[in-house]
Amino acid sequence: MLRDQDRIFTNIYGIQDPGLSGAESRGDWDGTDALVARGREWIVDEVRKSQLRGRGGAGFSTGMKWSFMPKETVAGRPHYLVVNGDEGEPGTCKDREIMRHEPHKLIEGCLLAGVAMGAHTAYVYIRGEFRRVAEALQRAIDEAYAAGKLGPNAAGTGWDFDIHVHLGAGAYICGEETALIESLEGKKGQPRLKPPFPANVGLYGCPTTVNNVETIAVVPTILRRGGDWFANLGRARNTGTKLFNISGHVNQPCTVEEEMGISLRDLIEKHAGGVTGGWNNLLAVIPGGSSVPLLPKSICDSVHMDFDSLQAAKSGLGTAGVMVMDKSTDVVQAIARLAKFYKHESCGQCTPCREGTGWMSRVMDRLVDGRARLEEIDLLEQVTRQVEGHTICALGDAAAWPIQGLIRHFRPEIERRIREHQTAEAQKAA
Amino acid sequence: MSDVTPLDTTHAEFAFTDANRAEADRIIRKYPEGRQASAVMPLLDLAQRQNDGWLSQPAIEYVAHFLSMPAIRVQEVATFYTMYNLKPVGRHHVQVCTSLSCALRGAQAVMDTCKRVLDIGVGQTTDDDLFTLSEVECLCACVNAPMVQIDDDFYEDLSAETMETILNELRDGKTPAPGSRIGRRSSEPAGGLTTLRVSPSPAVKTKKGEGR
Repeated sequence: MLRDQDRIFTNIYGIQDPGLSGAESRGDWDGTDALVARGREWIVDEVRKSQLRGRGGAGFSTGMKWSFMPKETVAGRPHYLVVNGDEGEPGTCKDREIMRHEPHKLIEGCLLAGVAMGAHTAYVYIRGEFRRVAEALQRAIDEAYAAGKLGPNAAGTGWDFDIHVHLGAGAYICGEETALIESLEGKKGQPRLKPPFPANVGLYGCPTTVNNVETIAVVPTILRRGGDWFANLGRARNTGTKLFNISGHVNQPCTVEEEMGISLRDLIEKHAGGVTGGWNNLLAVIPGGSSVPLLPKSICDSVHMDFDSLQAAKSGLGTAGVMVMDKSTDVVQAIARLAKFYKHESCGQCTPCREGTGWMSRVMDRLVDGRARLEEIDLLEQVTRQVEGHTICALGDAAAWPIQGLIRHFRPEIERRIREHQTAEAQKAA
Repeated sequence: MSDVTPLDTTHAEFAFTDANRAEADRIIRKYPEGRQASAVMPLLDLAQRQNDGWLSQPAIEYVAHFLSMPAIRVQEVATFYTMYNLKPVGRHHVQVCTSLSCALRGAQAVMDTCKRVLDIGVGQTTDDDLFTLSEVECLCACVNAPMVQIDDDFYEDLSAETMETILNELRDGKTPAPGSRIGRRSSEPAGGLTTLRVSPSPAVKTKKGEGR
């Protein structure tokens, strides 16, 4: 288990003062100027050395993403840092805790990331429903301005830096980075084609990097303790610590910071009080937010919680929102509920997703009580393959994967329902 | 995306109050010169709050005019995002999350309680205009499931009983405290901390003699 002294988020539950003085007593804002004085390249190198991968779900190398930003700023084309706080993935509730309980980690991280990518302005895009969270973050930002940590010569670094909070208004798709940029420009949140990538043509057509809240909030600690410290936690390419949200059928649902690569079973039993009714009552786990395929108990018994381990198990770490389902769960109904979510949240831009999410949701609804023919299972699987990879953004993939996971691991259950329904119908007809 | 809703035909006039006009100007200043369209979402929200929780057609057109945007662009935004209400809502907007994490922990019982106590269905408003009931997608308080959002606040770790109490308190004009209904501070395990049991050890300092 991760030692407390290796935890980054030491006030994640808000037990202590989230304000500036509390944050400083926990080490935030200590020697920020000295970190900046080591230079832009040093910051990027240290983050690259840490092997930090984006915490928003896709897991792309943060250091590499930052290095895509142009080295020089052209007049009239300022660089922007955009922080993605549009937390919306079912099963995920980590950025909320950072923004309301550890806001100064995020604010200081914005400044350091801003220096690293040549940005003087950051926008933090927060989902509209998180109004209270945005108010908490704004309080911390106001405090940081009053203390000279933001504004001209922020925190004595010689770097001018501003942070603005921008609230969304209820659209999951805005968590996709280019949809978020569109939304921030005052438009419908519909993803853009890439290329051009935001690092070249982003917000207002200017070089932009979009990073998740957790990604930015861990940067100050990485720079203070060194990229090597972070890289020594977990294993290669899957380094550091991670906030996990454990929800569903566990005795004590919770958010906890753990070392990357902890076994799923340890995570659930040590922190969440175990599966309701005991480990043997486990049916399946969705390990990384609603977009990743579920894992049946046989895999959960031994799987480890990191990007590559979960990918090898044909699932993913995603946002690390762990949804636990015990044997009382109607697993077909659970996936049908997720299919309904994606149908609701499809932005309607690409035909395979707009039509496919509705079609998949309707078929899933019929599968719940077996109102289907056996061949339709294969047909559904084929349709998921036609949605996956055929859309501008990953929402189509995200809608397809949970259904693929269900068919992969619970096909006999779907078939049983269809047969039972057919038998019942035949009896009715007789 | 929002449900398709017939356009408002009441044509009540709309203009920001002085205080809201000042707030709108403050919001616009967050964005670069000439990029005032970025303020469309916060300004629609401001208009909605001033207009008893919903956006009338004149309010949408007013925001368009205020930002020098074509009205159709603002209309697009107002219909794309689910938090803009395009028809009147009750004084309290009860939004029940029925997404997976909440569903696994009894969201249905919470929803049934709301329907029974308020005596309305999803998407409906009570006769006294006090409550509107909605079913919403994941609000990302999943380790505190089941939960509902009422106006700007989250009510978490609910049961049918605590949900009923909250609704009755609102009906009596009280303001129930937001947050957990089983005594949790936030997202820590209910049975006691498994980490961070003691105050953090001395903070990690930036290494000395480096650039300062």
